[in-house]
Amino acid sequence: MTVEQRYRRLWKPLVFVAALTPALLLLAGALGVGGRRLGPDPVEDLLLTCGKTTLNLLWITLAVTPLAHLLHRPQLLRLRRTLGLFVFFYALLHFGIYLVLDRSLDVAMITGDIVKRPYITIGFTALVLLVPLAATSTNRMMRRLGRRWQRLHRLVYAIAVLAAWHYYWQVKRDVTEPLLYAGLLALLLGWRVWHRRRALRSMAARVTSTYGSARVPGRT
Amino acid sequence: MHRKYWINRVNSIRPSDITPEGVWLDRRRWLAGAAVLPLAAAVARPAVAAPAPPPLAASRNARHSVDDTPTSWDDITSYNNFYEFGTDKGDPRAHAGTLHVRPWSVAVSGEIEAPGTFTLEDLLKPHPLEERIYRMRCVERWSMVIPWIGFPLGDLVKRLKPTSRAKFVAFKTLYRPREMPGQRAGWLAWPYVEGLRIDEAMHPLTLLVVGLYGRELPNQNGAPLRLVVPWKYGFKGIKSIVSIHFTERQPPTSWNLAAPDEYGFYANVNPAVDHPRWSQASERRIGASLFAATRPTLPFNGYAAEVASLYGGMDLRRWF
Repeated sequence: MTVEQRYRRLWKPLVFVAALTPALLLLAGALGVGGRRLGPDPVEDLLLTCGKTTLNLLWITLAVTPLAHLLHRPQLLRLRRTLGLFVFFYALLHFGIYLVLDRSLDVAMITGDIVKRPYITIGFTALVLLVPLAATSTNRMMRRLGRRWQRLHRLVYAIAVLAAWHYYWQVKRDVTEPLLYAGLLALLLGWRVWHRRRALRSMAARVTSTYGSARVPGRT
Repeated sequence: MHRKYWINRVNSIRPSDITPEGVWLDRRRWLAGAAVLPLAAAVARPAVAAPAPPPLAASRNARHSVDDTPTSWDDITSYNNFYEFGTDKGDPRAHAGTLHVRPWSVAVSGEIEAPGTFTLEDLLKPHPLEERIYRMRCVERWSMVIPWIGFPLGDLVKRLKPTSRAKFVAFKTLYRPREMPGQRAGWLAWPYVEGLRIDEAMHPLTLLVVGLYGRELPNQNGAPLRLVVPWKYGFKGIKSIVSIHFTERQPPTSWNLAAPDEYGFYANVNPAVDHPRWSQASERRIGASLFAATRPTLPFNGYAAEVASLYGGMDLRRWF
């Protein structure tokens, strides 16, 4: 199998199955399939599970780039868009459950929440920011946007920060888990800063050794 | 030690081979938390069976019972907040089993005729028990309907003969970090403390509770003695009470100390006054079907006719 075939026939289906499993388990719980049931507060259970799965998948998506570098497997990079779409899927599910099951589609209450409750404002902003990323995740959009595509998709860093903050702010007292997510995010983003600076430095060093000058063309 | 086990090794299971329930549950919680791995979630969440406490007889007080369908025993005893055992709502059932609630004594002190210490038995003896089905509204926006067994706190207050200076009643929970693992973490200042104005304490709806669903109170629900004030958010219902103190000044209360802008002394259920971070206008009834779980929250949790007069002339936005 070529790298391309392995990606299409093995990795992509695997990612699909793994990423859909939490949703299928929730569905089984909601329908009582296989003796599974949701928690005593089923709406809360659905909300929390979808919310956390969104975070988990987003963090995994952000871990792909560092992993691809550390493992010298650039082919991993293409998993990012697939994973990112699942992030959007769970974020939508999370929001839909809030709208329909938790707020019974009460428009006044929902708009009030989004305007007045900072943690909901933040979560809603993150969801809105995900829309252009999901919409431009196809190969065609990638080609069409060219360099601008990457610039646009750096929005994911802001989205992740908002998502971590959204989780932190809605916890009543025990902030252990939100802090854990925030710490992991700091690692994931910190790696990027470190990596970029190192790459720039080595580029500068190459330029210096070639031209014998400290002037770096292009980016300064 | 070692040899003893060695001799019987063929057909013995060493105690150390059995995963202690606490560890097992910790592991299970860890797995549930690490739902990063979808497969981990698939194997988590087994049912935990705890022995039910002994039966406790009491006749139903219909006048003070609501008609709503009571929440199931399983939900009431497996899903609640009791931070002394952890901050997850499954923690109380998982960790309260080790708490020793016998013998138990309660100190009564402050502005009363004869301060002292009662054994639980002496404290309860003169008071006939009754069952009342109350609504319970948690500040976190979920609610239950619970058949409590207890007696009016007012009857005990009268028996203790407070002086004219007794304007408030302060309560304290047991502090025993060895048996209450949550007390080893600093989420709240321990011991947990709560308080009522004396007229709230004397109100016929205010209940001292010793049982639930025709049985003695399970540890996780605040055994052996707890407070229930049905028109206030659940956190006012202090559990495992060891001290009742009468005072002239408004006593400190745990959640108010932890976050004064979010939790007031009164904590009356009020759909018109939001928690700073979330709306209190609606609630989710535990055990209801997925599409019917959310319902509007009622002023004073539906007990306005009985208790609203206690707060006549007060600005309930200010005194939340």
